[in-house]
Amino acid sequence: MRHLLDTRTLDRETALRILDVAEDMSDTQSREVKKLPTLRGKTVVNLFFEDSTRTRISFEAAAKRLSADVINFAAKGSSVSKGESLKDTAQTLQAMGADAVVIRHPASGAPQTLATSGWISAGVVNAGDGTHEHPTQALLDAFTIRKRRFGADSRGRDLSGVRVVIVGDVLHSRVARSNVWLLSTLGADVTLVSPPTLVPQNVSLWPAKVVYDLDQALAEGPDAVMMLRIQLERMNAAYFPTEREYSRRWGLDARRVASLPDGSIVMHPGPMNRGLEISSEAADSPRSTVLEQVTNGVSIRMAVLYLLLAGERDDERGGDQ
Amino acid sequence: MSARTVLHEADISRALTRIAHEILESNRGAENLVLLGIPTRGVTLARRLSAVIGEIAQTEVPVGALDVTMFRDDLAKHPTRSPRPTDIPAGGIDGRTVVLVDDVLFSGRSIRAALDALQSIGRPSIVRLAILIDRGHRELPIRPDFVGKNIPSSRQERVNVRLIEDDGADEVTIEA
Repeated sequence: MRHLLDTRTLDRETALRILDVAEDMSDTQSREVKKLPTLRGKTVVNLFFEDSTRTRISFEAAAKRLSADVINFAAKGSSVSKGESLKDTAQTLQAMGADAVVIRHPASGAPQTLATSGWISAGVVNAGDGTHEHPTQALLDAFTIRKRRFGADSRGRDLSGVRVVIVGDVLHSRVARSNVWLLSTLGADVTLVSPPTLVPQNVSLWPAKVVYDLDQALAEGPDAVMMLRIQLERMNAAYFPTEREYSRRWGLDARRVASLPDGSIVMHPGPMNRGLEISSEAADSPRSTVLEQVTNGVSIRMAVLYLLLAGERDDERGGDQ
Repeated sequence: MSARTVLHEADISRALTRIAHEILESNRGAENLVLLGIPTRGVTLARRLSAVIGEIAQTEVPVGALDVTMFRDDLAKHPTRSPRPTDIPAGGIDGRTVVLVDDVLFSGRSIRAALDALQSIGRPSIVRLAILIDRGHRELPIRPDFVGKNIPSSRQERVNVRLIEDDGADEVTIEA
């Protein structure tokens, strides 16, 4: 694997490989000594042009558990606020010897540009770009669903026949996009539930069903309900009348959680708006996997960094052998 | 490509029985023993050894798997390897006599990685090494305690260990 830019072009085999390696990484995290020497001497740069706590910390923890050196770069307070371009920033990192760049950027496609422009030779991991994709989030969600369903017997399995309902602001959500592509590649049935104003125009081309009524979708007894965060910072138009109305029609409250069949789980990528898209009863119920998702996120990111950095680089293969 | 068979099914079985006796002799019984195989075929051999030792000593010998992929120092020289599961027996390894089991000993680098991997799991009181085939060409000061067979080979040759559980047949071949 050279880069991880999206889940749309990720094939089933590669996706399962990442999930299986993450199982092994997860096993090492229950040991007395959690740190592995695997990526000693490699440098991972976290290049964050957008605010993020958990994704950045998760990548940082993952890189450090594998003994890589981590450099955190936040756009605020850096030369970017003085007007430095992405190209100059990238070339600076190249000159410092970065082996992998984890990038979050408000513009969709920025990681793609970084990976294909020839500015740098480092591997690029997309940690969320605009409203495009957030591949490691989808991978950790798939990992969480698989782990809850198959437990210790998860290795090598896909998500055939698993029914997942994704609820909320699909229009602005990179998490929803990445999940739709990945979950359908792994064989799951995906249903999107959203107010009509928050459904993207090209949704008919996606491998997912769209309904507008949450209760109708929940009546079919899904295996996992994934709540998306209402991104108040992107709500620059009148997408729904009031927060209270949104919460009543598309929020996951105690009554709706109680209607779910035994064994189905409630997921949220965080940070949660308690009382808006998810009630505290739902977020704190035993069905909720919110904290497992955070733990699994570190394992998934360790797996991605391992697959990106540990082996011989694809572009070097066959050189002197 | 010519392959010649150097060990047959009966030879492998005899070698394992002898190693089992040697382990029991040096350990003075089966007490405190833990066998850890290095994936893939080392795990199979460790399971067989555990069964043989168990039969001789009339006791159960804990057996597990120790993956060393993430502790290797030659990762960057090969296409990315997928790690295999590590499975430590319930009693752990602290204060135990751990016998590492692998199919072929060559450069010694897997064993160096295994020693590092052990360290992150616990602190055994003694670590020993059992090997089915020792083919020489060591690059590190590492030496097996129990050897099935010494097979002097050239660096260009390939030694293939095939076991029924993994490959459908028991044999060791050398390919030029």
